[in-house]
Amino acid sequence: MSATHLLLITFGLAVASFLYGRMQAFSVAKSHGGVSAMHSLPSHYGMMVALWCALPALAVIIGWKLLEPMVVSNLLNTAIPQVVLDGGERAVELYKNDLSNLVNNDRIASIDNPEKLIAAERLASLRSTSSMALVVLALVIAVMSATFALKRIKPHFRARHTVERIIQFFLVSCASLAILTTLGIVLSVLFEAIRFFQQVGILEFITGTKWSPQTAIRADQVGSSGSFGAVPLFLGTLLISFIAMIVAVPFGLMSAIYLAEYASRPVRNIAKPLLEILAGIPTVVYGFFAALTVAPALRSLGGSLGLSVSSESALAAGAVMGIMIIPFVSSLSDDVITAVPQTMRDGSYGLGSTKSETIRKVVIPAALPGIVGGILLAVSRAIGETMIVVMAAGLAANMTANPLEAVTTVTVQIVTLLTGDQEFDSAKTLAAFALGLMLFIVTLCLNIIALRVVRKYREQYE
Amino acid sequence: MNPLNNTDKEHQTAAMNASTENTTRSTTATVRASLKKRYAAEKRFRLYGIIAISSSIGFLFLLLASITSKGLPAFTQTFVKLDVELNSEQLGITDAPSAADLRSANYSGVIKQTLRDRFPEVTKRGEKKALYKLISTGAQYELYDRVAADPSLVGQTISLWVPADDELGAIIKSDADLTQPDSITTRMTDQQIAWAKTLKDAGDLDVRFNTTFFKNGDSREPELAGIRAALIGSAFTLLITFTLSFPVAVSAAIYLEEFAPQNRWTDIVEVNINNLAAVPSIVFGLLGLAVFINFFHLPRSAPVVGGIVLSLMTLPTIIISSRAALKAVPPSIREAARGLGASPLQVVTHHVLPLAMPGILTGTIIGLAQALGETAPLLMIGMVAFIVDIPASITDAATVLPVQVFLWADSPERAFVEKTSAAIMVLLVFLILMNAIAVMLRKRFERRW
Repeated sequence: MSATHLLLITFGLAVASFLYGRMQAFSVAKSHGGVSAMHSLPSHYGMMVALWCALPALAVIIGWKLLEPMVVSNLLNTAIPQVVLDGGERAVELYKNDLSNLVNNDRIASIDNPEKLIAAERLASLRSTSSMALVVLALVIAVMSATFALKRIKPHFRARHTVERIIQFFLVSCASLAILTTLGIVLSVLFEAIRFFQQVGILEFITGTKWSPQTAIRADQVGSSGSFGAVPLFLGTLLISFIAMIVAVPFGLMSAIYLAEYASRPVRNIAKPLLEILAGIPTVVYGFFAALTVAPALRSLGGSLGLSVSSESALAAGAVMGIMIIPFVSSLSDDVITAVPQTMRDGSYGLGSTKSETIRKVVIPAALPGIVGGILLAVSRAIGETMIVVMAAGLAANMTANPLEAVTTVTVQIVTLLTGDQEFDSAKTLAAFALGLMLFIVTLCLNIIALRVVRKYREQYE
Repeated sequence: MNPLNNTDKEHQTAAMNASTENTTRSTTATVRASLKKRYAAEKRFRLYGIIAISSSIGFLFLLLASITSKGLPAFTQTFVKLDVELNSEQLGITDAPSAADLRSANYSGVIKQTLRDRFPEVTKRGEKKALYKLISTGAQYELYDRVAADPSLVGQTISLWVPADDELGAIIKSDADLTQPDSITTRMTDQQIAWAKTLKDAGDLDVRFNTTFFKNGDSREPELAGIRAALIGSAFTLLITFTLSFPVAVSAAIYLEEFAPQNRWTDIVEVNINNLAAVPSIVFGLLGLAVFINFFHLPRSAPVVGGIVLSLMTLPTIIISSRAALKAVPPSIREAARGLGASPLQVVTHHVLPLAMPGILTGTIIGLAQALGETAPLLMIGMVAFIVDIPASITDAATVLPVQVFLWADSPERAFVEKTSAAIMVLLVFLILMNAIAVMLRKRFERRW
């Protein structure tokens, strides 16, 4: 019986005990003069029984499943041939993986090595014993705790409080999952990054100017010792983000101003959803557009002007990224512009200024903190954007400020380092986590500053 | 409009000038003189706005048009009609073949023979090779399917429509003039084009709706590649994402909006959620790789891991919109329910939550649409595999639609460009559908209090 089946059965038992518990509550109520004699509603009693039935069993199943691989692996050691055991930990690991694959795919019969056959059969029998034991244990616990709960259905038992306390606890733990996620991100990235910094100095990583993550597979290989100076990546990321912001800020800001101050209602009703579509298009689509439409177009345009444009130019990736960010900038700016009180505009009109003068000299200065916050959020978005640059920007680290040349970015390197075959101890793979750590820290700082600025601004006018 | 100066300072200076120097030029005249310039500036500013918004929308249409024009040809496929003589000797089987015999029979040889019979003038080895290239390598599987379904066909001559090779398919679909081989940009030789012309004149070439694209998994041959595996992978992943993120996000939103005390912990949680919403998606991929794959040893490339990672990513989005929906329910409803003796939890589950549900669902659908289009974190957890088989469960190796787009976009064959665009079109259709449902929900059930 698989874990899924067991979970389904537990769930079924819980439903059954809810119904039975409710029935029981009704019959207890009857003997005490009606439902109003009970502290809680019958469904509360039912719920309590169901929770008593399901929760201990679930805890047992989860605990068992977490411990099972370790215990089985240790018990399996007795069946592993001495030759393999002599080969060291890694060999044993490999052997066990092999066995596990054979058992999983039901190919025990095809094993011709008798020692291996014994080991595989032992593994299979250990697993089936374990799963049988789990089924019996979980079901016994479920039934026993449900019967215990059924005994507690009495008029004075405060079932609602019990149930609601458990549900409240569930709600709190759901809300705390956000913290757990952040913690998970920080710890996992930090842990691997520290392992990286043990191999490559942190100073070399932050200040080095040469990035070539290829490490030698054999010791005698030439020219691939691997160097991890991340400055070219940072500069490339900045260049592309800068180009993106040059596109996104004027277009986004002017669109927002037009929509908020000038556009009639029907125009606004059409234009806003269209901009939202632009925001909803997956980034992989933008990447495809950049790589197959924009980059060749820029290249031929540059060719006709006598400029040499790389086919993976920073300009193509940056410009398309800018287009992607336009709706982001425009919707954030739209919010802050509409939040500027009408009285300020009226005051300006009363002094005789035109609409554009009011916008430029009154509305924008008043909305400036909010707009800056929005732009900072957009910058953090541009820095963390992955697919567009993976598809349209270069792979080779290049220190240049020329937007017509190919540069690479932090996110591109993370993807190239982690896709394909990987070994978890090599500096190459760990470097990706170090880059991820930098990315996380930078975007986090930008976000915190931006959110604080936006919030301060909002409070100013509320 | 009141003809006054635009700033106080200028106004003061003008007034000072008038009083001290007793000039004839009045304030009104100064303003009048500058009006033309100011109105021009006003018009210019307005024009900038119009340019900005129309070019943003122009970008959208340019993007959609470029993808549609590239992708439309992928929805049709060119077929070649072959009259195949199912000679048992040629197939290498007996007259009463078993199923295993049928599986291992030499179908490709039969098809090659058919082509040679069709063009008897072809004798040289190189020419023969070029001739075989007109037909997709998938033709033999087509033939096998036909024979396996009806073994009595062996010994007969059947006419079979098989898919053409991608290069031939492309020029037939583009309706190129086959009499002028030089005007066609293709990798095919003039001789191959001449054969194609013969086939076309005989009516043995046909362009049909491309069902392969929706039935097959990935393939190295563009004419055999389809999005079925990716679609199923996306569906599994999204299912996991929904089952994990919806209950958790709604519970979190309920707690934060209805029960959370104003204290430090609540503050931390709130700030955390806002920050998580802005963390780059690729960082979630790193988390998935380090925690779920390397620490918990969940299977690589599986929708279950992809779903977990994407649900962590969409949680903040759903929590934020659910909170907004809960906040929109007026306090009077809560007070009325409390007054009738409902417990705090009953107030929420019986009254507030049902009223906020349309808003919560809208937010959830938008969050899921985001997850459907997400690529970067899935690259990290290995969902970039070359998947031919349709995944059957959430632990099978699978890929998703956006990742399939990414993989095809990297392929050198020209025919994959149209496949990529077509896959993007399918993806966009799903996204538009989801967003349309969200908008409809909002319009239909939104209540203003």
